[in-house]
Amino acid sequence: MTDQPTPCDDHGPAPVLENRPVIVEVRNVNKAYLRGSHIIPVLREIHFDIREGEFLALMGPSGSGKSTLLNLIAGIDKVDSGSIVIGGVDITALDETELARWRATHVGFVFQFYNLIPVLTAFENVELPLQLTGLSRAERREHVEMALRVVNLAHRMDHYPAQLSGGEQQRVAIARAVVTDPTILVADEPTGDLDRASAQEIMSLMCRLNRESGMTIIMVTHDPKAAEAAQVIRHLDKGYLNHAHP
Amino acid sequence: MRTLKLFFRNAFRHKLRTGLTVLGITIAILAFGMLRTMVNAWYAGVEASSANRLVIRNAISLVFPLPLAYKDKIRQVGGVTLVSWGNWFGGVYIEEKNFFPNFAVDPRSFLGLYPEYLIPDMQRASFLSDRKGAVAGKKVADKFGWKVGDTVTLKGTIFPGNWEFTIRAIYRGKDRSVDETQFFFHWDYLDETMKKTTPRRAGQVGYYIIGIANPNLAGEVSAAIDATFKNSLAETLTETEKAFQMSFVSMTEAILVAIQLVSIVIIVIIMAVVANTMAMTARERIGEYAVFKTLGFGGWFIAGLIFGESLFISLLGTAVGIGLTFPVAAAFADYLGTYFPIFFVERETVLMDLAAGVLVGVVAALFPTWRAVRIRIADGLRRIG
Repeated sequence: MTDQPTPCDDHGPAPVLENRPVIVEVRNVNKAYLRGSHIIPVLREIHFDIREGEFLALMGPSGSGKSTLLNLIAGIDKVDSGSIVIGGVDITALDETELARWRATHVGFVFQFYNLIPVLTAFENVELPLQLTGLSRAERREHVEMALRVVNLAHRMDHYPAQLSGGEQQRVAIARAVVTDPTILVADEPTGDLDRASAQEIMSLMCRLNRESGMTIIMVTHDPKAAEAAQVIRHLDKGYLNHAHP
Repeated sequence: MRTLKLFFRNAFRHKLRTGLTVLGITIAILAFGMLRTMVNAWYAGVEASSANRLVIRNAISLVFPLPLAYKDKIRQVGGVTLVSWGNWFGGVYIEEKNFFPNFAVDPRSFLGLYPEYLIPDMQRASFLSDRKGAVAGKKVADKFGWKVGDTVTLKGTIFPGNWEFTIRAIYRGKDRSVDETQFFFHWDYLDETMKKTTPRRAGQVGYYIIGIANPNLAGEVSAAIDATFKNSLAETLTETEKAFQMSFVSMTEAILVAIQLVSIVIIVIIMAVVANTMAMTARERIGEYAVFKTLGFGGWFIAGLIFGESLFISLLGTAVGIGLTFPVAAAFADYLGTYFPIFFVERETVLMDLAAGVLVGVVAALFPTWRAVRIRIADGLRRIG
């Protein structure tokens, strides 16, 4: 598995995690969905930690609950029981408004289908999360340009999503996710809609963010190749969490 | 903030859909404005009435005359300042389609009672001194190309024969609410001719119009006049000019109610059309709203996006509709001025158009907003892809 080159090979050695503080504490989390009159358990007694600077891949078959777990950690869904503490904040105790405010400053999102706003340019898309901060227009511009430089798309900032390739759109989405310098970056199948070359570029970019900027990344993926970029891989199966290192 | 930019860009994402919706709103507002203007035109006579004027007519019906001899007794009633009289002449100019209202009036008292008819002093003097002289409203004079000094012949329908008049004056209204399509001539000319041709119809007037000193005493003055002629051969019915005009409008009240209902129905229909557009729009963008929420934008922002877009589309259509109402109303007034002599778009109509536009925009956005704000982020994101 490690004989093949990985997307992270060009970005230096993986950081040593043992001495790093825990940034995400998932404690006895349960989640079930109601389908008609049936209660379908999705996550059962999930319990694990993520350390600062960790690059975690969540893998598992369809329906295993990995996206649900990602949504819970990202604060866009609610647990049925248990708690999730991120950076010292128990996000399961926050109401919708507090959670929205918390997400705006602490979480960066990367989706499978990029989810850029089609009527906004790359620049305007990346600027969106900054609209909720108190930054001035000039400061916002500075941050956006820097984020677009990180993903090597500064020259395409005035282009609309429809004028960009899938890989470029995903890079803009990553720039949007990191522009606020969030505590964690969550990515749901970030390479799921891309060809192999673009997927490789995206994973390389995420490795760079993790290894050079120390960004904590939690990524859901079906793709073992993409998962190779992670330092820790956890498998979910039928709502239960297993653990494996790459 | 990029919110305004988002309204505009979102509004034109589906250019055809937005264009058709704006067109629908434009037509609805135009129709609404025209119907309201038509209703206003119907009430124009009522609105132009003076509180200082009373109308006296035969108590049985307006078609029955009153003796001229009543004028002296009416003058003696307390509170009466001026007495005038006249007849609906009903003359036809060349052919019946050239209809305009024409009256035989006692000129001096009539002009005294109607200061809103503005006539140059020289023309006024010329009219008063010529028994066969006539005054035409500016609109009717323009329509037929009459000038002061022209001879006009009307064919009598109620009073048979060809009646020749010389245009001695052309009046303008003091404001837009004054009917400029009327034609007045000397009652004496009518009466003298009747004396010669049909003596039994001489000395009869169709109505009296009187001026009163105090509008608050209109009821008392009316009662006193009617009491004076109680048990006579021609009992009178005295009422305010407004009530008199209203009696004509009330004859067509059912039509007016129907027009008003139709104008409301039009707004309800367009409300449904815009609501459908906004529902489609919001359904398509549920994923985007979920992304906004994910990024930390709250429900108010989502609501603002939907309401802003809905109001933008609605007010754009409203603005175009209002803009078109003026030339269409002007064309309508030119074409059907005979039936609607006072036909113009009132400020209240424009305000009602605007209110309708805002109402349509707000109501259309309610359900899509409720849905978009309530949807869970995870469910919204699932719609993408």
